[in-house]
This record gives sequence, C-alpha cells and structure tokens, in this order.
Amino acid sequence: MSEAILNGLNGLVAGFFNMHWSNPIMIVVGLILLYLGIKKDIEPVLLVPIGFGCILVNIPLAGLMDKDGFLRIIYDAGILTELFPLLIFVGIGAMTDFGPLLENPKIFLLGAAGQFGIFLTLALALALGFTKLQAVSIGIIGACDGPTAIYVTSKYAPELLGAVSVAAYCYMSLVPIIQPPIMRALTTKEERTINMGAVQKSVSKTTKLLFPLIVTILGGLIAPKGLPLLGTIMLGNFMKECGAVSRLTRASENEIANIVTLLLGISIGATMDGKVFLTSQTLIILILGFVAICLDTACGVLFGKLMKVLTGGKINPLIGAAGISAYPMSARVVQKEGQKYDKKNYLLMHAMGANTGGQVGSVMAAAVMLSVLKGMGII
Amino acid sequence: MIIVGMGGTLLTLWILSLLMSVLKKAFPLKKEGEGK
Repeated sequence: MSEAILNGLNGLVAGFFNMHWSNPIMIVVGLILLYLGIKKDIEPVLLVPIGFGCILVNIPLAGLMDKDGFLRIIYDAGILTELFPLLIFVGIGAMTDFGPLLENPKIFLLGAAGQFGIFLTLALALALGFTKLQAVSIGIIGACDGPTAIYVTSKYAPELLGAVSVAAYCYMSLVPIIQPPIMRALTTKEERTINMGAVQKSVSKTTKLLFPLIVTILGGLIAPKGLPLLGTIMLGNFMKECGAVSRLTRASENEIANIVTLLLGISIGATMDGKVFLTSQTLIILILGFVAICLDTACGVLFGKLMKVLTGGKINPLIGAAGISAYPMSARVVQKEGQKYDKKNYLLMHAMGANTGGQVGSVMAAAVMLSVLKGMGII
Repeated sequence: MIIVGMGGTLLTLWILSLLMSVLKKAFPLKKEGEGK
C-alpha cells in the first residue's frame, strides 16, 4: 500500500524531475513573447499563440507533440501540409490594395530590389556551413513575410521552423527601429526632401481585376514551384477586386484568417522545444535574419537612388525602404521619415506602392528561388 | 544560384511592370467613365 502511495506521489512530481535545463528558459522565452505581444503590442495575434504554444511544449511528459498529442495533430494538419500559410495568404490578398502600385508600375522594381537581402543572406548562410535548403529557409526571413517564411521553411527545413518564424515575426515588428538609421545613412538630406507629388488616380477597375490573373499566370509559368504562394495571394485579391464574392472575401479576411492564425501560432510555438531550439544554430539564425532585413532595406534604398538618377530626380530614394514586404508598416516608416525633413512631403501612397510591390516581390523571390533549386535538382 | 535568383526576380517584376503599363493604356480610367 505504501508503495502504491509512493508511486502515486511520484506521478505528481515527475513533471518537475523530468525537466531539461532548457525547459525553464524556454518557458521564460514564451512569457517574454506574451509580454511583447500584449504589453508592447508587437504582432499580438501571432506572438500570443506562439508564446503560449512555446510554454505548453516545454512542460515535460505532457506528450502534446507526441504522435497523438493535440499540438502534433494541428502541426501535421496545417504546417506539414503547408496549408496554414497558404490560407492566410488568401486573406492577405483580400486585404491588399494594389492600386498605388499600379498607379506607378516602375515601383515594382523597388519591390524586387527590396528582396536582394534574401539572396545575399542565403550566400552568407551557405558560407557559414548551412545546407542549401537551410540557407534558403534562413534567407527567406528577409522576405519579411510570415506565411512565405513558414511555407518555405516547413517544406524544406522544418527543423528550423521555430527559429525562422520567431525571427521573421519579431523583426517584422521591429522594422520601425531597424530601417530609419539605414535610410538616413544611405541618403542625403536633399534626397530625403524630394517631393513626389500626389498620386494620380489612373487605374481602372478592369486593370485591377486583370492584375492578379496576369501575375498568377505569368509568375506561375516562370516559377511554378512558387505557384501555391502566388496563386493564393492573388486569389484573395481577385475575389476582392471582382466584387462578386463579397461573402468569401469577408470570410477570408476575417474568420478563416483568424482561425488559421491561431492554429498556426500554436503550431509554431510547439516547435520551440528547448532541446531543439536553444542551440548556437538558433542564435546564428536570429543574427542572419536581422542581417537579411538590414540588407533588404539597404538594397531597396540604393535602388531608389538609382531610380532617382534615371528618372531625373523624380523618385525619393526613401521609398526604396518600403520595397520589403512588411505591409503597411514599412510605408508608414517612410512617410514618417520623409516628414521629419519636410512636413509637406507626403510619401505615404508612393511608399504603399513600393510596399505592395514588395509583397509581390517577396513571393516572386521565394518562387524564383524554389524553381531555381528545382532546376538544379536540389529539391 | 544567387545571381539567377536576384536576376530572375528583377526580370520577372520588370516584365510585370511593363505589362501593367500596357494594361493601364489599354483600359484607361477615363474611357470607362465615359462609356457609362
């Protein structure tokens, strides 16, 4: 009888005695993510479920990520199948207005330049000894686009999913801190005060309707491996622009996006088991992710300077910083920075154009990268 | 891989920007308003 009592008591304290040294640290990391999401308002819809998932998975013996654990079921259903990021992308497409980009199509090029950091970071990751697929997943943090980063990483380097996702979402929310010093360092005061004037309304409804179709078909033919990403964001946008399926558009923007975001967040948190997450590799990934976003900003601004020269001074190079996919935060950063030097300079709509160009650019960059890897026989 | 990736992304978006410019000319905003 006393043996039975002792065994019973053993069962109650087993959780404490089976803790790995990394578990309490990761529980604290989860608490920090919750703090950042709630108190600091940093991407709360993602950091709250990620933080809570991180806490759950670091409590030992619960079996939440074992074969029949509920976190494993959600992870296998939505992350391993790449379904969650794609469903979120439909919602993102439905929420995006490509009008400012279409008003000035050459701003597409800033959306391309804003992705160069992905490829430069990829090269850096390869030089540091990561495999090609791991380097691609690390470089894609520079896409500044959560669903794209999750899609690529879950498919090709799932062991890095926790680190890449946390890096992508945290750095996206730190864009207002990361970008301005780089923008100031690479531009002169005269360049920052270039007034681009008001955006003229010249885009017809037909153009806005044909845009997602053309991007899907052309982009899909050039880079077929990226069609799931490209197709879903453009599906959302097409539904929005056609106006004939407002119920589906509303559901994509709201119910579907919210449910999937919750499940996605918990699943990502569930990959943050201390034994796997707390390694020097994670630290290097976090550093490289930061480098990727800095390089994106620098390349975007430098390309903006080139476009300024080619257009005879009509383009303000600051909008190049909005060529990343952190929408619409980066556009607001550009507007704020421009107004520091000239209160009458309204760069917001031009920066929004570059920002939406960056959204398309990030998806295209991922699509091109995956198709090149496919062509090389690596995937 | 990096050069093809950067170049491919830039080229694709450049082609898209040209196509969008053509579309804007083919379906201008004013003509649609006059047609109603």
